[in-house]
Amino acid sequence: MSEIVSLKNVTKYYTRGSQRVEVLRDLSLGIQQGEFVAVMGPSGSGKTTLLNLVAGIDTPDEGEIVVAGESISTYSSKELARWRARHVGFVFQFYNLMPLLTAEQNVELPLLLANLCNTQRAAHVRAALQLVGLADRGSHKPTELSGGQQQRVAIARALIADPTLLVCDEPTGDLDRQMAEQILNLLQIVNRDHGKTIVMVTHDPKAAERATRQLHLDKGQLIDAGTRAAA
Amino acid sequence: MTHSHLVWAGLWRKPARTLFTLFSIAVAFLLFGLLQGVNAWISGLTAGAHADRLIVVSRVSQIEPLPIAHLQKIEQLPGIRRATFVGAFSGVYQSRGNDVLVYATDPQAVFDIYPEWRIAPDQLRAMTTTRTGAIVGEVLMKAYGWKIGDRLPLTSSVVKQDGSSEWDLEIVGTYDVEGSPSQANRVIINYAHFDEARQFEKGRVFAFIVSIDDPVRSAPMSAAIDALFANSSDETQTQNEAEYAQAQLRQIGDIGAMVNAIVGAVLFTLLFLTGNTMMQSVRERIPELAVLKVIGYSDAMVTALILVESALLCLVAALLGLAFAAAVFPVTASLGIGGGVLPSSVIVSGVAIALMLALVSGLPPARRVQRLTIVDALAGR
Repeated sequence: MSEIVSLKNVTKYYTRGSQRVEVLRDLSLGIQQGEFVAVMGPSGSGKTTLLNLVAGIDTPDEGEIVVAGESISTYSSKELARWRARHVGFVFQFYNLMPLLTAEQNVELPLLLANLCNTQRAAHVRAALQLVGLADRGSHKPTELSGGQQQRVAIARALIADPTLLVCDEPTGDLDRQMAEQILNLLQIVNRDHGKTIVMVTHDPKAAERATRQLHLDKGQLIDAGTRAAA
Repeated sequence: MTHSHLVWAGLWRKPARTLFTLFSIAVAFLLFGLLQGVNAWISGLTAGAHADRLIVVSRVSQIEPLPIAHLQKIEQLPGIRRATFVGAFSGVYQSRGNDVLVYATDPQAVFDIYPEWRIAPDQLRAMTTTRTGAIVGEVLMKAYGWKIGDRLPLTSSVVKQDGSSEWDLEIVGTYDVEGSPSQANRVIINYAHFDEARQFEKGRVFAFIVSIDDPVRSAPMSAAIDALFANSSDETQTQNEAEYAQAQLRQIGDIGAMVNAIVGAVLFTLLFLTGNTMMQSVRERIPELAVLKVIGYSDAMVTALILVESALLCLVAALLGLAFAAAVFPVTASLGIGGGVLPSSVIVSGVAIALMLALVSGLPPARRVQRLTIVDALAGR
């Protein structure tokens, strides 16, 4: 397996008012292609920041990030946007679907940036909705779908452009256990059967168990299993 | 789906708000269309004026009548092509508000002097055989639904010999004005009948209209006419048609400036209304716009979506308002301040202003979206 994500000595600060807060400190990490990585840690440990950096929606203050062979740490906003369209599918905790668009239209959104005709786009949308088990709900608006169904639409939207990396920020955080299990099953299928590399932030140990590897962050640094047990 | 769906969905996120904004902009552009239409109509009045036509009125006041005998002296001046007199009064048809301007004159002479006023020869001839005949402008014929052969009873402040103020006329013809149809808004009657029937001011007229051979000589000809009656009890003031029209307009102020001030104030207010609507709309959609950026939309693309949405809102509303103004404008003829077709220049400038409005009101929210960092937007900051 080749390394698809590589972080070298990454540091990230946030400025809140007059205070400068170090969120990630000198963090190095490698993720292999086809891995399903769960990132865990207490609130404020830097999980979401790490995810944002890997997804190219934020940039590090120090260090280098290489994803899918491209060093994205120095990319401009425009270059990052183009890179995200090609390489990243993002799943949010609260689904973040467009409320006035149907499920089909929501899923189709990333394809508007691709050079595809209507027929090709429609075929891709059908396939993606079928994959998440919502082929019959394409014409429904988000408000007409349950939380679990909305999250499945969001997963279909994240997968439709066939990204290199699927990035999930607490994808089951807003769902009950049964719905959460369905979403985790789906992510496992996407990882196992379709070979997608997944990086998932979660608070839920049961969700993390589904991953092929678990990472633990504390105070902006990765801690190994031994350190964690001692802690 | 295309990006237009995305714009459309954004526009109708809050239908009531969009409809109210649309309605406000449409009403503003209706006002803009009507006022600018009147402005253009006024400009057309002076633009269409002929330098080879002179208007002779009393030097004392424009409403002071002059003796009809002046005509003979005017006609004897060299360089005069044709001249006639005009007695004028305002007649009311059926009820107040339906005011029409009546010219009592020599119809044959008037149509000679105004070649752009077009009338069928047999209708003009009918005036010589019908003493109470009237030739009515097309604008009035359409506005009141009159037709040739109709009786035309008008009430006026001009008292007749029998003590009544009712003028019973018969429509024998109609005319239009080539190149300026909205100006075909008068009733022309025989001066002979008018002067004979009225009780006061007999033998006096409101003005003389003079056609001269050489338009370049309008100034010396005007001076020559005024010199004829200098130091008499009925001194005259002669101006060419353009000067006369401008003098008339000056009496009621600078209408162009007034209209522009009103339209400017309306559009300025509209700028804040539309800007506020767009700001609110964008503020509510910050997380959605952030999601678009996560998906791969560049800052420029998201900015463009907002600007297109703003342009669509302003353009659709402006076109609705201007279309309504174009439909209503011909009716203003009955108020005596416009009529005819709304000039295309008004529509074009309206569309240009709508686009500018869209740009100016859409730019602040678009800039906000452009500067939006995804992380802050997703975190609700």
